[in-house]
Amino acid sequence: MVGAGASSLVLEVENLAASRGLRILFEGLTFRLSGGEVLELRGPNGSGKSTLLRILAGLTRAHEGTVAFKTAGEDEPGRHYLGHLDAVKPSESAAEQAEFWARYFGRDPAEAVKAMKRVGLSGREQVPGRGLSAGQKRRLALVRLLVEPRPVWLLDEPTAALDIEGRALVTQLVAEHRAGGGMVIAAIHGDGFAGSRTLDISTLSIGAVA
Amino acid sequence: MAVMSIFANPHRFMAVSKWFAWGFTALGSVVILIGVYFGLFVVPPDAVQGDSARIMFVHVPAMWLCLFAYAFMVGASLISIVWRHALADVAAKSAAPIGAGVTALGLITGSIWGYPTWGTWWEWGDARLVSVLVLFFIYLGYMAIWQAMETPQKAARAAAILCLAGAVNLPIIHFSVEWFATLHQVSMKASDEFKYPMYVVALGYLALFGGLTLLNMRAEIMNTRAEMLAQRRQAAAG
Amino acid sequence: MSGSFSVFTRELKLAWSGGGGAALPVGFFAAASSITPFAVGNGVENLKIAGPGVMWIALALASLLPMERLFQADLEDGTLDAYAGSGIGMEGIALAKTLAHWIATGIPLAIIAPVLWIMLQGPPEASLFVIVFSLIGSAAFFFFGSIGAALAAGMRRGGLLIALVTLPLYVPTMIFGAAGLYAAASGGEWAAPLMLTGAAALFGVATSSFAAAMALRTAID
Repeated sequence: MVGAGASSLVLEVENLAASRGLRILFEGLTFRLSGGEVLELRGPNGSGKSTLLRILAGLTRAHEGTVAFKTAGEDEPGRHYLGHLDAVKPSESAAEQAEFWARYFGRDPAEAVKAMKRVGLSGREQVPGRGLSAGQKRRLALVRLLVEPRPVWLLDEPTAALDIEGRALVTQLVAEHRAGGGMVIAAIHGDGFAGSRTLDISTLSIGAVA
Repeated sequence: MAVMSIFANPHRFMAVSKWFAWGFTALGSVVILIGVYFGLFVVPPDAVQGDSARIMFVHVPAMWLCLFAYAFMVGASLISIVWRHALADVAAKSAAPIGAGVTALGLITGSIWGYPTWGTWWEWGDARLVSVLVLFFIYLGYMAIWQAMETPQKAARAAAILCLAGAVNLPIIHFSVEWFATLHQVSMKASDEFKYPMYVVALGYLALFGGLTLLNMRAEIMNTRAEMLAQRRQAAAG
Repeated sequence: MSGSFSVFTRELKLAWSGGGGAALPVGFFAAASSITPFAVGNGVENLKIAGPGVMWIALALASLLPMERLFQADLEDGTLDAYAGSGIGMEGIALAKTLAHWIATGIPLAIIAPVLWIMLQGPPEASLFVIVFSLIGSAAFFFFGSIGAALAAGMRRGGLLIALVTLPLYVPTMIFGAAGLYAAASGGEWAAPLMLTGAAALFGVATSSFAAAMALRTAID
């Protein structure tokens, strides 16, 4: 599912520090994660979980330290970043947006139809973004993960706004992704994913597989 | 990549800059006074314009310095974008209000000189004056960006981008204004004996610019450091 | 490449469908030009002197109007994060979005320009020149404007800042374009201003996406 070379996928974070404004959020963060592993980021609000994810996604610059994604091949492994915001346009229909992302990644728009079905948006295809509930918007954001298989998933509270069924879907997607050799790093409150490691960002302590 | 180390540990910069800041400020003030004295009392009146040409001693060096100050900011912005050194950001930010002030001085003295010469307070046919007016607006935009951004790092980046965009466009703006002004070109010509006091004043302006910029930088660094310590204290208390 | 192109087609659709976003600048352009006679007087001679210049200023300001939302909407709803987080260059995104919005808004502006031109007592036979100058001029205004749009994307009340930082960059296009319109009105030499306006527009297209991309990366940082 994730593509060749994913089994040798490694993330090495060394001595990472992040700042917001003049404040240091965390420093001295070092860890290593391999393909097939899931890392849950824990910590109170404002501790820097989102900032860490944005640094890993290449959106925000680290204050200090290095981040290196490696695979057997020469190219950097592809990443998906799902933030708090769902990137849903109010005037476009759900199907249009799913198909846009398929085309954006150079995929067949038919992939979008499959992904819509998978995230449980069948029957909502023609609803414009402004007519979708918060949970449905989040499901539409998940479509991005499915139309383009990429080995690294960076998810910021992926289950926020989702109902029980939606949470089960995310758990299922994450389990499938790791089974395929992919890597998931997710900021999360409440129930986590089975068999994942935990990083408490407020203490920088990294647990073994729980 | 210790981008903010200048705020965390400013002691060396502060120790060295203190003497240069006050030294340049004093030196600049004295040299300007000498230049202005020669301009007002030693040099004979201009053959054509008479005594009114003496405002050139203030005006022309201001027109030079407003370009120099902008070039200085462009250099600092380049360093900021390539190496992300916070001191370069502080330098560019600190130079801006002084550059803008000198630009305003150049515009006002140009206008005052223009009245007896052209019979109008503002002459759109003078390409240099009009280009400097546009430069003044670029200075204003640059300072507005510093005010408007939520974090100092973002403000520094955005301001540096605007500064470089302005630098790339300034020659084109000047060309277009010159093209526009060919309708009625007027130009200021100075005789040689007029030039020497001008050079003296220009050197004085330069030293004063250096001194005031350093003073501004020191204030900026101390402000940021104070804010940083206050936040840290709050974080430790909470 | 497929990324930038799909963004371009999406933006084109969004600009047309998103609550008539393109209609507002056109309405502004028409209204701003139409109030001119109330200020400069309705005499034919007055309008012949002021008309082309006022129309050109109105075109520049109408082109500034869409700039506030050009990148801000994408920044607010997370779309810019999704673009940047998927590893596609911001330069392509900035270019695709600006080009799409120029096509959606700049072309309608150029199409109604001759109507305003004739109302302002411009000679009707110069209408074709007016369309050509307005097309090229609005392209320059949009692309230079995109730099300000990207710089101000993360700010509330960014519109004022966009105007302040962008208007100095509009000076060459303002000078050459207006000179071209006056030449067209009087049957004078229009080729040189046309080429210079085109050069300003090309320069804007060639350089703005780099500056805008850098500013957008700062905005999402």
